[in-house]
Amino acid sequence: MMFGSLEWSTLQQLWWFIISLVGALFIFLTFVQGGQTLLLTVPEGEDEKSLMVNSLGRKWELTFTTLVLFGGAFFASFPLFYSSSFGGAYWVWMAILFTFIIQAVSYEFRTKPNNFLGQKTFELFLFINGSVGILLLGAAIGTFFTGSAFTLNDYNFVQWGHPLRGLEAAFSLFNLSLGLFLVFLARTLGALYLSNNLDEHGLVQRLKNAAGLNFVCALPFLLYVLVRLLTMDGYAVNPADGSVFLEAHKYMYNLIEMPLNLILLVSGLVLVTAGVILNYFTASVRGIWPAGLGTVLTVLAIFFLAGYNNTAFYPSKLDLNSSLTIYNASSSHYTLAMMSYVALLVPGVLAYIIWVWRHMDREKLALGEVMSDKKSY
Amino acid sequence: MIENIDLGMVNWARATFALTAMYHWIFVPLTLGLSFLCAFFESIYVKTGNPQWKSLTKFWMMLFGINFAIGIATGIILEFEFGTNWSNYSWIVGDIFGAPLAIEGILAFFLEATFFAVMFFGWERVSTRMHLFSTWMVAVGSNLSALWILVANGWMQHPVGMIFNPDSARFEMDSLWEVISSPVAIGHFVHSTSSGFLLASLFVVGISSWYLLRNKHQKFALRSITVACVFGLLSSIFVAFSGDEHAFVTAETQPMKLAAMEGLYTGSAGVGLVALGMHNPLKQPGDEQDPFLFKVEIPKILSLLATRDLNGFVPGIDDLLYGNPAQNIMGVDEKIGYGKQAVTALGAYKQAKKDGDTAGATAALAVFDQHRAYLGYGHLLSVEHAVPPVSLTFYAFRVMVGLGTFFILLFALYLYLLKRGTLERNYPLLLLGVLGMFLGYVAQQAGWIVTEVGRQPWAIQDMLPVTVARSNLDTGTVMTTFFLFLLLFTALLIAEVKIMLHQIAIGPEGE
Repeated sequence: MMFGSLEWSTLQQLWWFIISLVGALFIFLTFVQGGQTLLLTVPEGEDEKSLMVNSLGRKWELTFTTLVLFGGAFFASFPLFYSSSFGGAYWVWMAILFTFIIQAVSYEFRTKPNNFLGQKTFELFLFINGSVGILLLGAAIGTFFTGSAFTLNDYNFVQWGHPLRGLEAAFSLFNLSLGLFLVFLARTLGALYLSNNLDEHGLVQRLKNAAGLNFVCALPFLLYVLVRLLTMDGYAVNPADGSVFLEAHKYMYNLIEMPLNLILLVSGLVLVTAGVILNYFTASVRGIWPAGLGTVLTVLAIFFLAGYNNTAFYPSKLDLNSSLTIYNASSSHYTLAMMSYVALLVPGVLAYIIWVWRHMDREKLALGEVMSDKKSY
Repeated sequence: MIENIDLGMVNWARATFALTAMYHWIFVPLTLGLSFLCAFFESIYVKTGNPQWKSLTKFWMMLFGINFAIGIATGIILEFEFGTNWSNYSWIVGDIFGAPLAIEGILAFFLEATFFAVMFFGWERVSTRMHLFSTWMVAVGSNLSALWILVANGWMQHPVGMIFNPDSARFEMDSLWEVISSPVAIGHFVHSTSSGFLLASLFVVGISSWYLLRNKHQKFALRSITVACVFGLLSSIFVAFSGDEHAFVTAETQPMKLAAMEGLYTGSAGVGLVALGMHNPLKQPGDEQDPFLFKVEIPKILSLLATRDLNGFVPGIDDLLYGNPAQNIMGVDEKIGYGKQAVTALGAYKQAKKDGDTAGATAALAVFDQHRAYLGYGHLLSVEHAVPPVSLTFYAFRVMVGLGTFFILLFALYLYLLKRGTLERNYPLLLLGVLGMFLGYVAQQAGWIVTEVGRQPWAIQDMLPVTVARSNLDTGTVMTTFFLFLLLFTALLIAEVKIMLHQIAIGPEGE
């Protein structure tokens, strides 16, 4: 396929799909962050805690790398979002990044002798990353629907209209609910992943219970988000002139007008539920796979809802026509085409990740292995 | 484009970026080189089957892991700081600059992240060959990642493969190949990665020398030193040659940086190289003061290095600022004049388009096209604004080159005494080896100071000054972030050093 011959708008849609996919994979991989928050309550004793940390510690870099890719891909494909959101909603992004900085060293440093800050501090860092980091990330994603206080000048330089510079996102009930839903979803996925990866009967049983409990906790927030999405006004784009206006029930209409997206959303939620039920009510520990796939489909549907069908994906509450759409925020035709060729390598990357994952996880992780390995976290 | 420039904010944003980059570059070069050294060590283990090589590999891998984690922590901030603190930059050149970052993520980071887990935890879970393969993949991934970020940095130093689109008022890529294959980008990559190999070799030699001084782990230390010295000597020679080539390219693409590196104010033919000197801190462009309080100069060598001709002309800061018609050099003062016309014409063009005034837009575009090459200069605050901090660039360059030369001699001497079998008894040299490890870090930082301070005031050379590239933030916000980063990174650095010292004190397993 020659990407160079595709219409610019087609490439813009393709890149919104790629961004959505990377974002969806990232949310699935936040099982690492969710698992980190379970360290406070689920394990009984230091050995079990170490076992959980070491299981998560073999995957944390994948999550981290996916976040970095998400940022890089957004930068390359929709640079106006990158400049407007990061340069505008400054403090919310800084806060999120801080939680990821402290996560990056915590696995390696946690139990190393002479580590200056002490084991408890590094465990607190992991908890902050899994809770505050994901909550704020959810709030930031929520602004795709509720809008942000910014304007763009004639040169597309951003001016932010709120003194909290992005942290105000966390004070919207919708954004907060989305953030809390993601926190409990991550905890659910973390419990499902760990129950499948560990060889420690008592701990696995408690993790299976934790998955069910956290899923139940996530439900009210999920329901609120879904109901609000169906009822709220949305930021629609006039395809004739690119102007943005508020439209009643925009996101509900998006679901109706994009039935495939409705199917994605429903099947995603069903799969997540099925994964949790499988783990909770049966002896199986493989619920992470349907739940993981379900998470990817659900997040894809949420991103499609925000960006496709003539919708502004990063709306401005202060000046509707400063809102970003996949058409006015994107890179040039040339850059998107070139990047599309590079994106062809993604299946190869996914293939070797799966290959290595299967090799490393053929045998479940047991206490004996963790205790005998001096490089353990 | 920019009406009010808050220089305080711009300087704090520069300081924040410098802080993050300098902390990041404490850890990255060691990762680049130590990953390959681990791959060499493990290859020898697989080839010989000698478990002592396995133990040796595991020891250096453990130090690699401690260093790797904090490199990642500082790296993520660098990527996102372009958006948070330099948002205008992100929009104006995101089309070009974002692409290498995204490619880095796809091609390099996943390679590193995926195989890192196997390298550390796969000894008993995968076959010997797959483990060795994984270790090599971590080395390849680390260095591939350096390739893409240095391509991006090289493009900032010498922007190619793009055009300015007056409709979007931004630069857009028109040749990815030109961006990737730019001689500046390639020069950056080979010089930086080979300097990483050099630093890692110094690191291994330094720690091993400390063991020899303490009469501990002798066999382990001598084995490590042998491999690291060969790698280090080859790398340091390559660093010297690539550095020479890099300086030659800089003379062509960033003559102001070269003039600052040399403290050269008045250009001439057959210019000497100041091997040692004290720059006059009171010297200002255009005045009559001597740039040096004292200097030791090697005749004609700067001309040779910069032009490959002993009598070649090398422009000085004054030639570049005020012009030199005899050498066909247009001064910055003239460029600023054209640049301001370009800025005004661009504004008129956008306004005319907004008003639907086709004739006005065409006329404004014609004026803009005439002066578009000088657009960036239109944003400079004064002629002298085009001069980078000369003293800092001058001294940093000498520190880097001086230490680079010293490292070649150090590795050569180590290898000579190793061959004679007397290294472990030569305490002064072993002490020098320990000191060399720290000097390696100094040289790394000095190199980046030359590269980044020397190109001020440009975010993109000749195209976009830092005053325009910045975000619309107040000074207090950026200053707060600076101190938060300083506190956090320093705490993490202390933690890393303490952990590493403890592990070094314990030494390798099974020795």
